[in-house]
This record gives sequence, C-alpha cells and structure tokens, in this order.
Amino acid sequence: MKNTFIGASIERREDLRFLRGRGIYVDDLTVPGLLYAVILRSSVAHGRLKSVDTSAALKIPGVHAVITAKDMNFTDYPAGVPIVPMRLQPLPEFKPFEQPVIAYDKVRYVGEPIAVVLASSVAVGEDALEHIAVEIEDLPPVATWRAAQKNESILFEPTGTNRSLMFEARKGDADTAFRDAPYTRRENLRTGRHYGLTMEPRGVMAEWDAAKNKLTVSGAAKVPFFNRRILAKQIGLAESDIEMIENDVGGGYGARGEFYPEDFLIPFAAKHINRPVKWIEDRRENLMAMNHARETEADLEIACNRDGTIIGVRGDVHTDMGAYMRTNGAVGARNAPQFMTGPYRVPHHKVDSHLWMTNKTPVGTYRGPGRFEGCFYMERLLDMVAADLGIDRVEMRRRNLISKAEHPYKLATAQPTNAHDQTDSGDYHATLDLCLKEFGWSEKSKLGGKLVGGKYHGVGVACFIEGGAAGPKESARLEINRDSTITVFMGTSSVGQGVETIYAQIAADALEVPIERIRHVYHGSTNTVSDGYGAYHSRSVVMGGSAVLVATEKFMATLRQAAGKRLGCAESSVTLDVDKVVAGGFSLPLGEFAGLTAESAFLNHKHTYSYGSHATHITVDAKLGHIEILDYLVVQDVGRAINPLTLRGQVIGSLVQGLGGAVLEDLKYDEQAQFLTGTLADYLLPLASDFPNLRCIVTDDHPSPINPLGAKGAGEGGIVAAGGCMANAVANALQSFGVQPRALPLSPTYIWELVQAGQQKAAE
Amino acid sequence: MKMPPFEYACPTSLSEAVKLLASHDGEAKALAGGQSLLPMMAFRVAQPTLLVDLRKLSGLGEIKISADGVRLGALVRWRDIEDDDRLDAAHPLLKAAIAHVAHYQIRNRGTVGGSIAHADPAAEMPGIAVACDAEIAVMGKAGARIIKAADFFLGALTTALQPDEIITEVRLPAWPASRRSGFQEFARRRGDFAMAGAALFYDLDKSGKASNAHVGVIGVGDRPRRLKPVEAVLNGSAIDEATIAKAAAAASAAVEPQEDIHASAAYRRSLTGTMVERALKSAAG
Repeated sequence: MKNTFIGASIERREDLRFLRGRGIYVDDLTVPGLLYAVILRSSVAHGRLKSVDTSAALKIPGVHAVITAKDMNFTDYPAGVPIVPMRLQPLPEFKPFEQPVIAYDKVRYVGEPIAVVLASSVAVGEDALEHIAVEIEDLPPVATWRAAQKNESILFEPTGTNRSLMFEARKGDADTAFRDAPYTRRENLRTGRHYGLTMEPRGVMAEWDAAKNKLTVSGAAKVPFFNRRILAKQIGLAESDIEMIENDVGGGYGARGEFYPEDFLIPFAAKHINRPVKWIEDRRENLMAMNHARETEADLEIACNRDGTIIGVRGDVHTDMGAYMRTNGAVGARNAPQFMTGPYRVPHHKVDSHLWMTNKTPVGTYRGPGRFEGCFYMERLLDMVAADLGIDRVEMRRRNLISKAEHPYKLATAQPTNAHDQTDSGDYHATLDLCLKEFGWSEKSKLGGKLVGGKYHGVGVACFIEGGAAGPKESARLEINRDSTITVFMGTSSVGQGVETIYAQIAADALEVPIERIRHVYHGSTNTVSDGYGAYHSRSVVMGGSAVLVATEKFMATLRQAAGKRLGCAESSVTLDVDKVVAGGFSLPLGEFAGLTAESAFLNHKHTYSYGSHATHITVDAKLGHIEILDYLVVQDVGRAINPLTLRGQVIGSLVQGLGGAVLEDLKYDEQAQFLTGTLADYLLPLASDFPNLRCIVTDDHPSPINPLGAKGAGEGGIVAAGGCMANAVANALQSFGVQPRALPLSPTYIWELVQAGQQKAAE
Repeated sequence: MKMPPFEYACPTSLSEAVKLLASHDGEAKALAGGQSLLPMMAFRVAQPTLLVDLRKLSGLGEIKISADGVRLGALVRWRDIEDDDRLDAAHPLLKAAIAHVAHYQIRNRGTVGGSIAHADPAAEMPGIAVACDAEIAVMGKAGARIIKAADFFLGALTTALQPDEIITEVRLPAWPASRRSGFQEFARRRGDFAMAGAALFYDLDKSGKASNAHVGVIGVGDRPRRLKPVEAVLNGSAIDEATIAKAAAAASAAVEPQEDIHASAAYRRSLTGTMVERALKSAAG
C-alpha cells in the first residue's frame, strides 16, 4: 500500500481532545496532600537584599512553609544557592551573569523570586505574601541599555561591567568595502520589548517519593531532557532519579519550557517538605517572570552601488538583556547581527552586538529570535536606499536576493561562538514574484500614498529567511502493541504545533500502513525515549520527522528479522499489510510481535532555510496614527509540506504575533525600572478582530537537501518579516509627510509624532 | 491573583443593603456587574471586607422613558441599553456611546451604576452623564439624595458617593427629536479604554445656528468633563467646516491630558480635537 499522508491536509488528531475540553494541562493535575506554591517577587528593580522575615507569614493558618535562600545549602555553588546554567552559547564569559534560583544577596529586576510560600491554597499563599517582611537597600536602577553603558550602577559588581558580551558578526572586509563605496546610508533603528505570551502560563507540579528516591516533575515542555540534566545537577540527584512529564502545553514560542528559577524551586520545595507541590504562574507573573525578548537599538550603515546592489552592512546592535543571562538569552542578540541580511546577497558584513545587562526581566528567545529585529533593520534600510537611488522597491529586492544558483550561500559568522551558517536551497525570486502576483502588487501599489476617504493607503513588501532544524540529533522509537497498532515515542516535545498528527503521517507513509495504525504518538516526557532535544528553532518536523523516518527503517529491519524467523521465510519477503505481517503466503497479526521496538536517531548539524515574502496593503489615519490592514499575504516555501493545513496555521499564527509586535505590543518600564505592563490591558495583544485580512500561500518547490524528508522548519516565517513589512507600508502611505518609521511598535502616538514632524519640516 | 478574604452578603431590600454598607467602617463595597471591582480585588488593589451584592434588589434594572427623559436603573446592563430600540429616539447619544463599552461579554455583565460608581476617567457612561447634565440618584443611611453629574466625579476612581450610599438611578434629561449628537472615541484596540473620546450634542435654532451645545470628553484628565470654551464656539454658530475646525482647536486647547503607556499627552491633546471634530461632523451629517 502506497500512502500519501505526507502532503495531505489532515485535521489534527489533537483537535478533538482539545475542542472537547479533554486536554490535560499541568493545572488539571492534582494528587492527595498537594500544597500550592506562591512566589514572593521583588518589587524593587535593583537593591541589596538585607533580610527576609517569614515569621508572621508562617503563623497564618494554612501556611506550611516559606522557603528562602537560607534554606539552600548546595555545596556545589559558592553561595549555596543553585545557578541556572545557559543551555545555548554557554560561554565562560556569561557565567557571572547567570541567575540564581532565588535572590540571596541582590535583587536585580521586578519579579525576581525572593521567597516561596507553600500553602493549602493559592489564596492563602497570596494572603501570606503580604506578611513577609523584606528589607531591601535600594541601588540605582539601570532601566535602559544606554544607562547600562555608562557603567555607573553595575548589576554584577565583580565583573566591573554591565556588558556581558559582544558578538561579532563578520564576513568579507567591510571597512575597506565601505571606504570605496559610491553610496552609504546610516540609520538608527529600534524594536520594542516583547514576549512570547503563551495562552497557558507556566506551571510545575513536583512529587518526591523518598522511599524510591524518585522525583516526578509534571509541566515539562520544550526541552525536558536538558532540563532534567540541569535539575539533577542542581538538586543532587541522578538523572534517572528524575522523571519529567510533559502534559498538554498551551503554547511555547521559545519561552515556555526553558529552565527557569521555578523549575528548581518547586521540585526543591516538594523534596524539602516531603509533599507534592504545584505552582501555576498567573498572568501578572507570566508578564514579569517569563523571558522577555526583542528590545534592541541598532546603529547601522549600508553601502550600495548606484544600481542598488548591496556592498555591505556594518554597525552596532545593542540589546537590552534584562538582569540575567538565561538559558537561551544570547540567541536573539547573536541572531540579529548575524542574520539581519536575511535572503540578500551581502558580501561584506561587520556588525557588533552588545549585550547590556539592565534591571528588567531577563530575555530569552521568542519565535524568530533576532530575525524579527534583523529583518526590520534590513527591510527599512532597503526601502530608504531604494528611494535615495531612485530604484523601485521591488526591483531593489530582486537585484539583491540570493539567486537559486548561489546556494549554499555563506552567511556572516558570529564570534566568539564561531557560528557558521549557510542557506540550503530555494528560489527566492520565485516566491517574491508569486507573492506580488497573488497580492496584486501592480494594482495595489498604485494607491501608495494616496488619500482616499480620509485615510492614506500604503503597500509594503519584505523578504525573509527562517532558520530551522537545530541539531545535533533527535530520537524516535516505534513499538508494536498487542492490538496490532503501533506507538511512536518521540524525543521532541509538543507545545501545541500538532506534531502528533505530523509524526503519524510520516510514520504511516514510511511503514505503508493506514494512519489509524499509528494509534498513539507520545512525546517529550523523559520516559518515552532514551534521549531527546526538544521543540525549538523550528526543528520538530525536520529533526523529529527525520528521526521517525530512520526509526521506521530500523523498525522494519527488526520486524523482518523476527517475522522471517517465525514464518521461516526470507527477511526480504516480509511486508506489513494493515495489521498483519505477511511473507511467503503466510501471515500473522502484527500483535503477535507485541513489544517489538526499535529506536533510532537522526543526526544533523546543518540548518534548513525556508524563505518567502510578505506583502501588505494598509491604510493610515494620519490624525489618529491608526493603521488598518486591508490585505496581508505571506508566501513561504518550506521545502516539503507535511501537512499544509497545520502549516497554514503556523504561518498565520506567527504572522499575527508579528503584527502584534509591529503595531501593539511593548513591555514598558519607567525610569526606576518599575514594570508598567503587568496586565493584558497594558500589554496589548492582537485581538481576534484586529487583523482579519491575512492570507498565506505555502509552496514546497525546493526540498531541503540536508534531510531525508526535504522539509524545512516553518514555524517562524510569518513573524520574521512582519515588522519590516508593516513599517515599510507606513512609510509608503505617509510619503507625503516624508515619514520614515525607525522604531517598533508603530503605535498611534509614534505615527502621529512622525506626521507632526513631517508637517513641521514641510512648513519650515 | 486570588482575591483576599472578604465577607459576602446578598440583601433583598435597598434599606438592608444600605445598612450593610454602613456596617463595615467604610470597608464594604457594593457589587453590581463586578467587571471592574472583581479584577481590582484579584490584583488586591481593592480589599473590601464585605461585598454587598445588589443583584436581588428589585426595581433597579429598568429603563424608564418619559417626557422627562430617560431613567436608567443602576443595575441596567449595557446589553439592556443596546437591545432597547426605544432609545434610538429617546437617547441616540447614549446608545452610540454604549456600543463602545468594552467587549461583548463585559457588556452582558457591566452595569450603569457600577460604571458611574467606579468613575474611570475614560469610561463612556460617566462621560455621557457629564455631557448630558445627568442627575445621579443615590440612597444612603441619611436617605435619598440627588447629585448632579458635574459634582459627582471628583477624580480618577473618586466620586462624591459616601461609603454607605448606593446609586439607584441615572436620570438623563429629555432629548428633543431634532437634537443633533455625535460620539467618537479612539482606543488602540476596539473595546479598550479610549485614549480620548468626545460625546456632544446641540440643538438648532430656526436660523440653523447651534444652541444649548454640550461637549463632553473622556480619557483626558482625571475625570470626564464638559468643555465650555468649545460649547461657546458652537453656540450661535452654524456648524460648518470653519466652526468645526475652530471647535476642534478649542477642544485641544481646553484639556490638560495626562501621559501614560498608551499615549503621550501631546497626542491626547490632538486626539481630543480630532474626536470633537469627527463627532461634530457626524452630528451635522
């Protein structure tokens, strides 16, 4: 039986579970004797922690314990308090900036954990928070990267600096190239502070079985295997003493599932008090405790020939890192300078990226980390250059897109991590052309700058690449059940992408069985496969899917061997027929081989690059500074689309997030580094009614040569170019005022200010 | 974000409710739709020791329309106003404004009295009350009294209401059929509190000139207010483009807006003018 599940728009097998309310999230779990953890967080941005008096809180009925740094004495750590190590780019330079699991000498951001109350209910725990007396000696807060740069108030005094690192993105010889360039332009560009807001906030439930020396941690997500390694080392257990259980997860976006202080504090609390403990993050905590992202300011220069071909880029990117280097905190600050050139041919590249520590919530990755920022810089520059040189915006891009023949095209290398990268395959011009055609660019662009019914029309275009498929490996295991079905066990995690469906499609095709035979797909938990790397960098389909493929090969080989022996036939004659094993005229139910299992891993160190173009048609009410999107189209080539239906969901979903960042979202602090956006009335997410006119077309014309599926990571393409495309459209709409947006979000106040400035300049 | 401990009472008579509110040293709070109070309690910004649920009080949920005007019971919900076709003629300005209140679900729960008592500077109902010279009927330990809307709102989330007083009714003066009105507001997302809004009306005399102009603004400053300088521009003038432009400029000049995370003060000042301009255009149109 030849299947074609791959490429078919199959509805998610997860959907019925979720739509019927039968998903099991960590907060749905309960066990006898459960205590609830509530965390006292610093209300001070920067200060010396003098004392924490918990005595009054302990007197409240229902309060069982209050944990502080004083309860920790882990001799592996100088202060006895475990440190959360970096998962990605774990450079020695970052060590002094890593976060302790609980504040013990200083507090460095509003929201930093100071104490953990264990109580009979969350309400009682919150009552107790008001009775914990904390003495903090205020230190001058560092609220911006510019303040950090002065090094007057230093977050980590022994280091003597607020800059944890400088990445250097390099290619060619930019300084020489700029010296000889016929045209250059220098711009200051800024992106707002966002975060990957998950609909389900974080949560952890920990159970300690002292008799079995077993710690079970529910609520794991994204990278359970790595987190188990961190926790085992911190808490002094063997990895095999710990089970990380992945439940249904309501969104990841890079932020959920990384190792946070609470991922130590809750297991520690359970062990400490010898009772199960659950902590569910509330939305206010979620806003101030989960990783922030994106806040950068770039001072960049571009050099071009008179025909618009790019010679080089150079300059500086400054990232507001927040107070600590978290597990994946350096990724965005490395990606922005390294990948800002996106799909464009840029021979000379010299961008320094400065990582400034400030008294804000620490940053981590958020869908398209650094790429959203970098694409915004590049796309803004291209439009400004095109205008300067009198070149059509589309033609400007065509002249600079990497051509089909140039793959693999070498991108800038980032030091000190020696991060090399190159594109894999594709026809970047073709997706741009398809996008413009389907969008109706030639007609719509005629409206650019026109005032119709009180609103200015504008169109914008932007191109992107999206890196995916981070290695080094991923594991999959198949096992036969008594009922002649097959279960797939995965080392990757589900954060809501629909991977259960995707993996079943791939396994069913490879085994040539009906998809219903792949009865269950289990993932994430540390008890499913021997090792796993998780869900990030748009890697689940490429890495996990390829792991399924190689595991099915091993599975079939193992089955052929077993069946050949049982049936007395040549191994090569053994085939699977729905629920039977068939060979030489004999057949046995597959269930006869129950327990037969095969695990294999897919290894890969290269990255996939899906790519595409965005085009948008907007109106701007210049008096309100209000943007309305009339049409928005993303065309993305993904190498090979496993499930076009779920893929469209990825593209549109990430686009909506990108538009949120382009127009609405901004995490704000005042000059004292007090957090100002602690509710969803302050941090403005897109509502269902905000961006109704979004479209996407996914193509799979150019398979990736670096994996057996030919697939490319595709979860981030919708977000990467959204900021650049929208800002370009605003510039186009408000050209009569000479408006050039240089910052995101494109808030009403900001757009109105740009219009005012344009009018003033015209009047002078 | 769990509420602090509190007691709960659900009286069946107004006098009982007043008694309960008076019983807790000013720490009792009346609960109507709960759309502002309960989130504030979850954030522990409000920590009343007693919640007096008004839902069983009879007679506070009606919309009465007579020659004297429109009387909105304190427990009238936004949905009731939206669904009441009589109001299209009896008070089109009210109807236009209420369409902007928050979101569908909130409009099903939120009440007129609750919004007036909460006194958010950007809320629509207080804005309408002030713009229309409404009277706010309240009942307390000392008996019933009437407070003029202009005297009711003292600042952001601050009113002339005593701790033991319950709003019973909001009385909007009669609305002549020929009256012109307009309502405009702008928020970053539909349903959010407005960064600025304008609620206005005027009557036309026989020569086509405006009289009795009332221009209210919300979202600028610490309370809803009428802009007398703008009204002065309108009264006695034909509402043409020149008048509208003058009125818009007067509106921008008359307000002292605040800055917050959503908008700068300068933007709000400009927006106020734009809202007045557009409200006038829709009124004239």
